Amino acid sequence: MEKRELTCIGCPMGCQITVEMEDGEVLSVKGNTCAIGDKYARNEVTHPERTVTSTAVILGGDKPRVSVKTASNIPKDKIFECMKEIDKAAVKAPVHIGDVVVKNVAGTGVDVVATREVAAL
Amino acid sequence: MKAYDIVIIGGGPAGLAAAVSARKAGVDKILILERDKELGGILNQCIHNGFGLHTFKEELTGPEYAQRFIDQVLEAKIEYKLNTMVMDISYDRVVTAMSREDGMYQIKAGAVILAMGCRERPRGALNIPGYRPAGIFSAGTAQRLVNMEGYMPGREVVILGSGDIGLIMARRMTLEGAKVKVVAELMPYSGGLKRNIVQCLDDFGIPLKLSHTVVDIEGKEHLTAVTIAEVDDKMKPIPGTEERYTCDTLLLSCGLIPENELSRNAGVEMSPVTSGPVVNESLETNIPGVFACGNVLHVHDLVDYVSEEATRAGANAAKFVKDGEKEKGKVVELFATEGARYTVPSTIDVDRMDDLLTVRFRVGAVYKNSFVSVYFDDKRVMHNQKRIMAPGEMEQVILQKSKLKEAGDLKKITIKIESE
Repeated sequence: MEKRELTCIGCPMGCQITVEMEDGEVLSVKGNTCAIGDKYARNEVTHPERTVTSTAVILGGDKPRVSVKTASNIPKDKIFECMKEIDKAAVKAPVHIGDVVVKNVAGTGVDVVATREVAAL
Repeated sequence: MKAYDIVIIGGGPAGLAAAVSARKAGVDKILILERDKELGGILNQCIHNGFGLHTFKEELTGPEYAQRFIDQVLEAKIEYKLNTMVMDISYDRVVTAMSREDGMYQIKAGAVILAMGCRERPRGALNIPGYRPAGIFSAGTAQRLVNMEGYMPGREVVILGSGDIGLIMARRMTLEGAKVKVVAELMPYSGGLKRNIVQCLDDFGIPLKLSHTVVDIEGKEHLTAVTIAEVDDKMKPIPGTEERYTCDTLLLSCGLIPENELSRNAGVEMSPVTSGPVVNESLETNIPGVFACGNVLHVHDLVDYVSEEATRAGANAAKFVKDGEKEKGKVVELFATEGARYTVPSTIDVDRMDDLLTVRFRVGAVYKNSFVSVYFDDKRVMHNQKRIMAPGEMEQVILQKSKLKEAGDLKKITIKIESE
């Protein structure tokens, strides 16, 4: 049996939650004081996900960088792979919010999109 | 002299929302004065997500949130001046501004909305001993360098202060390949959101040391190391607890201070608790026709609340422009005691207030399962239990005009935190 200790992010209470697991299955969730904590803990131990935000190189733009994000959450263990691909990307100005900067980043099926308007110089 | 109905000082989230709201209320001649080369303010460097859940019911990044309001300003054809520094606001609302393009000029304003935001507490205000080498940045400065200019301030980082900007930068520097060695926090609790502690520190195994501060800085030209130590309950470093970290970068995330140099010079009365103007129910300062909103009024944790507050300031400024200065009705004073640190607004003119008025305040410590109580003079009229209240999270109560009217010769309203 495996034990995981988590801090709930649902509210400022920050309940310390203990999850007991076996073979990837959640056996029990303890320490939470509401349903939000239970749901958070189960997601977090089985398939934790994050949105990654960064900046990418832009060519011929009126700004040195364009800010970007993954269009939705990606698996947490793909964060650094995702960063590597964003670092390699270079887009040409003009760029609009929502334009795809990296397609299917790190094989996650999720695109990296621009979050800022950058005009061409 | 040029004349405008409303002049807004600052083109960040507060200024943009105030402008849009004043235009919706029917004001024609509105001018936004912005010091930077673009609209959007600090949101432009906040590239992380989590903005707009209240306003737009979706999670946006800072630049995306700003663009929503910039689009509305452009669509409404509201005038704005970039690269423009406001030098002075006079008591009779003459605004003196300057830019390379236009030189120095004055504008007569029907109403002024203060929306200058806030600044980070600098090293000079923190009394950190040691050398003064290069490599020490406020967290927000580092954020601008990394996210907007595309520069990395360094590779080995120590962060003092666990405010949200410090936490966000711990993750940002890590993602860009830096090693963040430790975050030291003077207080026994973090002022940052739980979500940021988990997703910016725990995710990357960055230690957070509560009740710790920096006691020495080494390096003559460039930073080479810092020493942190544990502090006792009087915030004094405890000898023997020192730990030395070699690093080339020290980021400071030690609180924000409303930027009120202009307000003070104009004669605006200030609150010693918030470092922002004292305002009435209309978010109007002691100078008639001068309003304040956003982080210049009091530091917010959510931009959604800034937009909401600025929308009210814009509508109230529009009312002032249309109706002129109104005679004062019955004024009730607000007090914050026993755990509550301040209230915004500080006074309520019962005749002028909206049917529902949001009063915002902060608590001075962490309270679990305590009550927010509202007293009309000596009578308790509200008593709401909250599971948790913390200094980093703004609280609010909503007052009903009808209740204040019913209360007859009400003189003061007191907000306090009670254990039962």
